[in-house]
Amino acid sequence: MEKVKLFATWSSPFVKRIVWALKLKNVEYEIIYEDLANKSPELLKYNPIHKKVPVLVHNEIAICESLVILEYIDETWNDVCPLLPKDPLDKAKERFWAKFGDEQVLPSFFGYVMKQGKDQEESKETTLAHLKRVEQLLSEKKFLSGESFGFLDLAFGWLAENSRPLEVITGLKLLDEDSFPNLCTWKDKFLEIPAIKESWPDQETLIAKYQEIRESKGK
Amino acid sequence: MAKNSEIKLIGTAASPFVNRVQFVLHLKSIEYEFIDENLASKSELLLKSNPVYKKVPVLLHANKPPIPESLIIIEYLDEIYPDIHPILPSDPLVRADNRFWANFIDNKFFPLFEELRRTPEKEGKEAIKKQLIEGSKLLEEAFVKFSNGKAYFGGDDVGYLDVVLGCFLGWTKFVEKHNEFKIIDEVRTPKLLEWTKRIWSHEALKDAIPRNETLMDFYMMLQINRPPRKATSS
Repeated sequence: MEKVKLFATWSSPFVKRIVWALKLKNVEYEIIYEDLANKSPELLKYNPIHKKVPVLVHNEIAICESLVILEYIDETWNDVCPLLPKDPLDKAKERFWAKFGDEQVLPSFFGYVMKQGKDQEESKETTLAHLKRVEQLLSEKKFLSGESFGFLDLAFGWLAENSRPLEVITGLKLLDEDSFPNLCTWKDKFLEIPAIKESWPDQETLIAKYQEIRESKGK
Repeated sequence: MAKNSEIKLIGTAASPFVNRVQFVLHLKSIEYEFIDENLASKSELLLKSNPVYKKVPVLLHANKPPIPESLIIIEYLDEIYPDIHPILPSDPLVRADNRFWANFIDNKFFPLFEELRRTPEKEGKEAIKKQLIEGSKLLEEAFVKFSNGKAYFGGDDVGYLDVVLGCFLGWTKFVEKHNEFKIIDEVRTPKLLEWTKRIWSHEALKDAIPRNETLMDFYMMLQINRPPRKATSS
């Protein structure tokens, strides 16, 4: 029996994409929730350089960095639900946009949501510009990976998952249907995928948890 | 074998990210046209080929959409020419480990070179030099693990990490000389030091490592266009 462990936190968008991938590929695994303020010796052993989640441990060997883990999962459990396309050019495109998502879109989106006042206004423009690029990727496509969902959808899944909960908490409408019709349609379709829909925490739990954080910060 | 002009590489000789793609093209005996880019005054072709980042390298393959980002280009070349000098190993676990270290080199190690240049104060520079030295020790350990007693990260011959790290050797020497310290040396990183000598003399790689004059020109351009930060204290 292959042993698969995932070091995780409930809130990390980088973790969630791994949970989804494992579920889609029917991989049985043990999930270990970390308290990042008090990291376990095991996490530090498996990821000594970055000391971050997610870490996938497969038969005692650690794989770190979420996009690297996603490709590993796709290559290892390659008989079920392929995530990356076969064509090298299509693969290159998905890798490029996934990197763009992680390096540009995700930080600006979360930065915008968490900032205040003038800082927030300034991040808004950058965030909207990034989102416009993603919106364009969906023109004439059902999913970011094409006709069916794949690697790039998982890579941007954090956007689908967090946009409504963060809207509810902050009152900021980011993905409005007029400016981002494709993204809004994609978001709903993505959240309906059974493996995504059934993953914890679900939308309502996320809202409750974000609410908790907000309240504990005295907002 | 790729015919002449089927593959074009938009780049600049001083960019290590461009150099590493050149390494792979040479290793795979792929003929290509090099389109020299002036980064101080970017061409329409570059801006059109990489509208998101406007950076080099960008690979143009026949009439296909351009491919930017050096690591993505390398994987693409490896996938379209898998039988000629494979770059990435075939085992998923080793591939994942290789990719992890490429991320480390690109996102944690190499950015320190630019940080060092832009940091004005002496204490700031010393702190970054320390980080570079720590980084090189991690790379020494990685080399020992991957090479497993052989000459390269890739084993008997050049592989992914040899290309990914090897492209920085010109700048490493430059930064060492300019800042009067050693990043790779015989005491802390003996195996890595031996490896650098092999890379410098490797048939397929040596011509793509830029000369000091090329790096100096580029360095001067950076000093003008992206000058060091102002010192916060006198």
